[in-house]
Amino acid sequence: MASESHLQARVALRRIAAEPSFSLDVAVDFGPGLSVLFGPSGSGKTTLLSALAGLLRPDAGHVRLAGRVLFDADAKLDLPPNERRIALVFQSLALFPHLDALENVAYGVPRDSVKKERRALAHTWLERMQVAHLARRFPHSYSGGEAQRVALARALASEPSALLLDEPFSALDRHLASELSAQLSEYVSSVRLPVVLVTHDRGLARALGAELTLLNGGRVERTGLAREMLAEPENPA
Amino acid sequence: MIDLSPLLLSFEVATIATCAATALGVALAGALAAPRLWGREVWDAAITAPMVLPPTVLGYYLLVLLGRGSSIGRAFEALFGSPIVFTRGGAVIAASVGALPLITKAARAALEAVDPRFVGAARTLGAGRLRAFFSISLPLAQRGILAGVLLGYARALGDFGVTLMVAGNIPGETRTASLAIYDAVLSGRDADARSLCLIMTALAMTVLISASYLTRQKRDGF
Repeated sequence: MASESHLQARVALRRIAAEPSFSLDVAVDFGPGLSVLFGPSGSGKTTLLSALAGLLRPDAGHVRLAGRVLFDADAKLDLPPNERRIALVFQSLALFPHLDALENVAYGVPRDSVKKERRALAHTWLERMQVAHLARRFPHSYSGGEAQRVALARALASEPSALLLDEPFSALDRHLASELSAQLSEYVSSVRLPVVLVTHDRGLARALGAELTLLNGGRVERTGLAREMLAEPENPA
Repeated sequence: MIDLSPLLLSFEVATIATCAATALGVALAGALAAPRLWGREVWDAAITAPMVLPPTVLGYYLLVLLGRGSSIGRAFEALFGSPIVFTRGGAVIAASVGALPLITKAARAALEAVDPRFVGAARTLGAGRLRAFFSISLPLAQRGILAGVLLGYARALGDFGVTLMVAGNIPGETRTASLAIYDAVLSGRDADARSLCLIMTALAMTVLISASYLTRQKRDGF
């Protein structure tokens, strides 16, 4: 199977300390562009993202990105998160509270250039996300939308080969969410890397109109186009 | 006028001892706070033991470990021309043994209180374990660690038993304030003893108040 810029994985997790009854067993294949991972809370979306990023070790399975093996339980191969080139934006955003926006974004810029260049690049990303005015300010003073933009800038500045977004717009109002998601879609279509967006918001999933993977109870229930699968205007799951 | 030199010696010994105990304690705390550590609670108990063991037991171990007949003691003496025990270096080691568990425990609690998502974010942004520790965990835990360092300093300043066993009571060399008080009482110099006691008490109070202030303010900082 062609693996160019695909994020492919099979992840099996038998038990998690916090929730002994929960188990995850899914096979996914996210191509370049935006994919939506949809499902009710507790369906395993965040757990799957953590496993893909290497923050959590599956019991069995494999993770491959653009032909590179990141994890293979049988071969006992497990690349640490810092060698996976997968950026993960947490639902809480996890902006470093002791660093200003510029330092937050510069933190992830690949360290093969000198500090001055890394900061210049970080500034460019802040400008691109329209939050350059926050460069010297600390995260506790940002609004919800500003924090979201800084977190996205930080993730993208790390030049990832895949981007994972956990409920990225959940703290924002509908208007801001659709504005940001439009910007994100535009960016995604220009770079050809897999972007996986987790949400339990039907409206957002439909609006994004992307390939959708429906997760339920730790299993993949269906995959298909978001518009078709979530056609009926029900209440958000 | 009382002789303040034991007090100055105490400051010197306690400062060096606290620096050493901080470096070692933070490293130990980092290791203890790491996930998937084998025998975590045994390590923790071993590090905590100096808080509850009699000073004579600790002094005995240190003499066995570092004494002039021990291999470490002999190697040190061959390299530097003087033994460790019954020198100022011995006093520093004695003082740091008491400070180490206080600093390690405070640092471990502070490090474990750091939201793991910050560390996770740092790792996915390309930071290795060490870089994430020094650039994220440590700065976010600094208040709690500093509170532990202050307690450790107070403890190092007040050490008596271990110092007496490992470093002796040599005027100008290992006679720290707490040993000088003992000396003053035994030789009937009540005024000297009282002055030193009051100064030591004032110091301890200052340190404890600072430490509790740091701990209480922890949440407001970031």
